[in-house]
Amino acid sequence: MALPATHPPHVRPKTSVTRVMGEVVAALIPATAVYVWFFGPGLLLNMAVAVAVAVASEIAVLRLRGRDAGASLKDLSAVVTAVLLAFALPPLTPWYVTAIGSLFAIVFAKQLYGGLGYNPFNPAMAGYVVLLISFPAELTRWLPAVHAGLESGYVDFGTTLAYFVSGALPAGVSWDAIGGATPLDDLKTRLSVAETISEIRAAPLYGDFGGKGWEWVSNAVALGGVWLLFRKVIRWHIPVGVLAGLTFPATVAYLLDPGSHPSPGFHLFSGATMLAAFFIATDPVSAATSPLGRLIYGFGIGLLTFVIRSWGGYPDGVAFAVLLMNMAVPTIDRYTRPRIFGHVS
Amino acid sequence: MAEAARKGRGGRTLSAARLFKFHGGVHLEGHKDIATARPIQVAGVPSRLVLPLNQHVGGPAEALVAEGDKVLRGQPIGRPTGYVGAGVHASSSGTVIAIRDHPVPHPSGLTAPCVVIQTDGEDRSWDGYDPLSNYRTLNGPALRARVREAGLVGLGGAAFPTAVKLSAGSGLKALILNGAECEPYICCDDMLLRERASEVIAGAQALLHALEIERCVIAIEDDKPEALTALNAALEQEADPRLRVVVVPCLYPEGGEKQLIQVLTGEEVPASGVPPDIGYLVHNVGTAAAVARAVLQGEPLISRIVTVTGSGVARPGNVEVRLGTPVADVIDACGGYTEDARHLIMGGGMMGFPLASAEVPVIKATNCLLIATEADIRPRQPALPCIRCGECAVACPAHLLPQQLYWHARSENLDAATETGLFDCIECGSCDVVCPSNIPLTSYFRFAKAEVFARERERVSSDLARERFEAREQRLAAEAEAKRAKTEARKKALKKAGEDSSTRKAMIDDVVARSKARKADASGDKGSS
Repeated sequence: MALPATHPPHVRPKTSVTRVMGEVVAALIPATAVYVWFFGPGLLLNMAVAVAVAVASEIAVLRLRGRDAGASLKDLSAVVTAVLLAFALPPLTPWYVTAIGSLFAIVFAKQLYGGLGYNPFNPAMAGYVVLLISFPAELTRWLPAVHAGLESGYVDFGTTLAYFVSGALPAGVSWDAIGGATPLDDLKTRLSVAETISEIRAAPLYGDFGGKGWEWVSNAVALGGVWLLFRKVIRWHIPVGVLAGLTFPATVAYLLDPGSHPSPGFHLFSGATMLAAFFIATDPVSAATSPLGRLIYGFGIGLLTFVIRSWGGYPDGVAFAVLLMNMAVPTIDRYTRPRIFGHVS
Repeated sequence: MAEAARKGRGGRTLSAARLFKFHGGVHLEGHKDIATARPIQVAGVPSRLVLPLNQHVGGPAEALVAEGDKVLRGQPIGRPTGYVGAGVHASSSGTVIAIRDHPVPHPSGLTAPCVVIQTDGEDRSWDGYDPLSNYRTLNGPALRARVREAGLVGLGGAAFPTAVKLSAGSGLKALILNGAECEPYICCDDMLLRERASEVIAGAQALLHALEIERCVIAIEDDKPEALTALNAALEQEADPRLRVVVVPCLYPEGGEKQLIQVLTGEEVPASGVPPDIGYLVHNVGTAAAVARAVLQGEPLISRIVTVTGSGVARPGNVEVRLGTPVADVIDACGGYTEDARHLIMGGGMMGFPLASAEVPVIKATNCLLIATEADIRPRQPALPCIRCGECAVACPAHLLPQQLYWHARSENLDAATETGLFDCIECGSCDVVCPSNIPLTSYFRFAKAEVFARERERVSSDLARERFEAREQRLAAEAEAKRAKTEARKKALKKAGEDSSTRKAMIDDVVARSKARKADASGDKGSS
């Protein structure tokens, strides 16, 4: 009988990074479907190019570093980054914009720091912020939701593909005709011209909580998030932290000045709140690591999101909030160590 | 301080109706049914017994026999040295053929001094210890002495001398008998309770008497219904109100004594302390049964129940094995290896360690022999980078952050590792089992601990060397100073003598006398050499 070395414990993990990442991608399927239903197939094109570039750049960097690219690709982390980046982009985005974001996310935000497990910043959000600053026009041209009782026209696949490939709309189609601001953007613009919340909310763009269509995307994202909780891929601390961090100041502001602050429900079901709470902030690598630390980390993201939305220069603030809290992680970790068993404090 | 802690909070705890939780833990597949299908089998006398003189925590026993001596079953062959120690007894009759280093079951794979006995097959018994069936008339120290002379150690796997634990002093709140047996594969306590529950109860009563307390809780995990039934039946017969069974939910590592105490009482044993500090004493149920045998029958610890299990053995089961029996003989008694046997492990699936060979003997700590196939223990997948998912921190019963500790251990930043709780790690392996990156966390922590010890030793020896050097320098300086002072004094005297002839003559006489004495010494030395 051979006696190969086996060191205790001899029970092997049932989980793997591949499973964790795979379930994250799977949990986004309902949201993807809802998104495509309301905003057309652009998201799928964005995902395709983001994933392709992410995987290609991951292979390239790993080869340069002399690492086993195959083993690293199997962990699916690059795919998750790419999918989340694609989710953050407008449905109509030229391919090169997406490609640059994906490249930056993988090469600069992830691999240059040492690859999986070593990146201090959320790669998808780092990639997104680079695009937001570099391509402000492309990143702020959104579509209104179709199938939601809105009048604006449906953008057919031909138009979508043409814009995706060339970065320009086909002749005869103009952004004025097809485009539409996101509810968060619209709200910010109108508040700046002294309209009140109740006037703004009466517009057809708005639904029960957030914008028409958008709130359903948020619902589907939240559904995926609950699935991840149920599967124990993520734990509750970060989502609860983010949602509480946003709800708390939003409620206070709403109660104090309902004319210029939207309801907490609007905050929760608009923009990237749900995506941040369940999919972005929960990236474990760049998040705080102890349960209490994660609550604080999440709460900070929610709070900063509220601050940026209310008084910042951007309609949504999730990406900046996440990156800012990423910077706070070492400090949070330092001060939130749990009390070790049998120790007094 | 201990007294106060023991008395406080005792009232609300230890109720079957109220259980508490320990942090973390993992649900594991038990694999216990592999070996519980057959009753306990009593193994025969092997042709050779190898009895290590150190089978316990503490210093090795001192051999009481010499090569060529005839020994009887139960006869002491090793005497404990020091307070924390245990004696060793011959487990059958025969002849001592050697006292030498022999491979022993230890994670290091090293050898240790052993008494090797060629058995004569007659299994004649020594009759040194009287049964103490009247133990209720004896006091605690007398019972402790019996437990000590019988060579009893904890049979749960840690092998701490039982008599030392029994000296915990007075005023304990309760005795806890640990029948949790949470490790995968191990089921020797389960089988013991199924078949010999009354022995465990008798042991509990003797222990209560020795400790002079009135309360004993027998804790058993809820995955052992047969054992529970047997235990309850035996308890009913005994009708001893001091004893109570508490069923605890199955969760690894609940069998760790600190975890079990927390589940039963909600109290935490201080990090640098032991259970008696907060008023509890924990013994394994197997130890209790051994106490019963030692006290009531005068039988020293010469055998134990060993779970022989895994897909790598033909007829898995629980075997009562004489201590010193080579592992190979035990496996033969269970039908030998199957074709695809790959690993031989002493202990369970979580904390057991691989044995270097099957020639090592069964010792007091051998609760399980796991003979595993590749299917039982899959090869480790290559480790990926830590993604800080924190599942290890969720699972850690010591409430550590293994993901942080891992960085410090990996970078050999030992001060930081120690500060983050390295020595609070109980090496239960729970973090390994939940790690999606397949990182061998427990191995890193073991390595870091060994490294801390090694550096500590190095520091101590370099400190010693430095102290010696400094002492020498001081001594040399003092000698030089003394010499200088002496010369100075002589010079002064000489100067003075120049003025006084009688003093000068005295000095010259003195010098001559000294020189003569020196010559006489030198010739004496030559004569003697």
